[in-house]
Amino acid sequence: EVEETLKRIQSHKGVIGTMVVNAEGIPIRTTLDNSTTVQYAGLLHHLTMKAKSTVRDIDPQNDLTFLRIRSKKHEIMVAPDKEYLLIVIQNPCE
Amino acid sequence: KLNIDIMPNPELAEQFVERNPVDTGIQCSVSMSEHEANTERFEMETRGVNHVEGGWPKDVNPLELEQTIRFRKKVEKDENYVNAIMQLGSIMEHCIKQNNAIDIYEEYFNDEEAEEVMEEAPSAKTINVFRDPQEIKRAATHLSWHPDGNRKLAVAYSCLDFQRAPVGMSSDSYIWDLENPNKPELALKPSSPLVTLEFNPKDSHVLLGGCYNGQIACWDTRKGSLVAELSTIEFSHRDPVYGTIWLQSKTGTECFSASTDGQVMWWDIRKMSEPTEVVIMDITKKEQLENALGAISLEFESTLPTKFMVGTEQGIIISCNRKAKTSAEKIVCTFPGHHGPIYALQRNPFYPKNFLTVGDWTARIWSEDSRESCIMWTKYHMAYLTDAAWSPIRPAVFFTTKMDGTLDIWDFVFKQCNPALSLKVCDEALFCLRVQDNGCFIACGSQLGTTTLLEVSPGLSTLQRNEKNVASSMFERETRREKILEARHREMRLKEKGKAEGRDEEQTDEDLDIDLEALVSKAEEEFFDIIFAELKKKEADAIKLTPMPQQPSPEEDQAVEEGEEAAGEGKSEEVEEDLA
Repeated sequence: EVEETLKRIQSHKGVIGTMVVNAEGIPIRTTLDNSTTVQYAGLLHHLTMKAKSTVRDIDPQNDLTFLRIRSKKHEIMVAPDKEYLLIVIQNPCE
Repeated sequence: KLNIDIMPNPELAEQFVERNPVDTGIQCSVSMSEHEANTERFEMETRGVNHVEGGWPKDVNPLELEQTIRFRKKVEKDENYVNAIMQLGSIMEHCIKQNNAIDIYEEYFNDEEAEEVMEEAPSAKTINVFRDPQEIKRAATHLSWHPDGNRKLAVAYSCLDFQRAPVGMSSDSYIWDLENPNKPELALKPSSPLVTLEFNPKDSHVLLGGCYNGQIACWDTRKGSLVAELSTIEFSHRDPVYGTIWLQSKTGTECFSASTDGQVMWWDIRKMSEPTEVVIMDITKKEQLENALGAISLEFESTLPTKFMVGTEQGIIISCNRKAKTSAEKIVCTFPGHHGPIYALQRNPFYPKNFLTVGDWTARIWSEDSRESCIMWTKYHMAYLTDAAWSPIRPAVFFTTKMDGTLDIWDFVFKQCNPALSLKVCDEALFCLRVQDNGCFIACGSQLGTTTLLEVSPGLSTLQRNEKNVASSMFERETRREKILEARHREMRLKEKGKAEGRDEEQTDEDLDIDLEALVSKAEEEFFDIIFAELKKKEADAIKLTPMPQQPSPEEDQAVEEGEEAAGEGKSEEVEEDLA
């Protein structure tokens, strides 16, 4: 089931890479190479924490559900969880 | 002791009316003050750590593939994991599909071009300062930008005072990385200090340097700081090498150099033991080294590969052709130049027929067609001009540096009597200047070895609409004017010669003698009067601190020049009336 979901995500149009990282920065599943994954994991973890705390600071009842970073070249989407991070890099332009 | 005692005068109170009620605002707040403090230079170094592997728990060895696979499998079996992924997956899919449906960041208004903002005043600001790390300060005499990407700057340091270099002065020159102003990236160690330094535009690892003792040296940055190739001292120049330029050749190894000993030598860096060719700067075309003029600046434009120009210590500019058959024909023509050594010489990158020279107290623009005088010039400044460069982006903008440490930016389509922007960069004299290829950054080197990096406002570094046409028409117009003046002078001289031959010879000689002395004394008087008037005006300016119109100065200078010319050539009074 998990496999299915991840495979489906990876097969969407424009998706460059998918990865699941745990809270310690260890890549559980990844379609990119290790060094890139570790780099993304480390950097996005901090950013997600910061975004989460920002949302909570403004309204303590609120919580971060999704984080999208749009850059010139592609879009990085991060779905955070208590322990894991699902990161997808997509290139949405046609 | 009591100096003044003014008693209150109640009659004055009648000139005032009492105001009741009075309405004033007061503020009740904490009184605060603002202070700034500048700390001493603090040297910092930035280091980074590259993290390659994630934070594996202690019992898992990240290098062992088996253990990592086992760990991963264990995590995947965890129920939490499964639930989390299912949930996150559905959110993620939603967003991915959204992205694929519509590109919400699409560029909708591509057709509109950015409007050019020209109202802003020209400005420039200092970005970075590179100080000479040596104890004994040397002057920064030459700068060269790195050909790829312009992230590095090579600076040549030497002491140009004749034999006054302090004992123990290091002969190192440095390559600086713009990101790190605290420490030079590489030190180049020649046997004698470098006067000029240039990157090879074809191969960015190779540098060419001209030494104070006349040798040419070559470095390869991959090989280190010691000289890779050095020319033999018997065949090198006898005086400091003031100009070195790389040539455009297929091999990318040819260069040429010029020095005040009057010779211009061509070299191939693969074989530095002797020059491939030598040309002597003797304008009488007799190739006598004794008559040769010392070269202080060298100019070469890769679009005109057979021509090059030399600026001399005596103030004359010599234009030469490299491909001439005999050595005598190498020297094509000369331009009268300046009253002092020509410190900078550069062709306009857009209109190579026009070139800029700097020497004595003015900067002048010349055209190859007009050989007797320059087509445009600036007024005489208070300080000696040391270097100048055209902007590579705008054809009518050029930069000059002066001995009082100011950098002037001239924009000839905007204003010709004054620089568009004048900046005081440092207190000591500025010796050299180099503009980066994108026209935004300027590096200037000073007498104490401090190189300052400045950024110019975008108004001065973006090509304006129509500017090329305006600049070219301006140059052509000035060239035409000079040609007309030249033709007129020639006619007048011919007329004079004709008249002089017709008259009685002795009488003519006496007349000419008397005229000469009278003219000389008259010219002197006028000259000094103008100088005093200028000085007084400058003092009045300083006191008043209001900008005075500078229009009179070019005219006055013109009058002085013409007065001197008249005295020099001994024209008769008739001609003087014509000119006046």
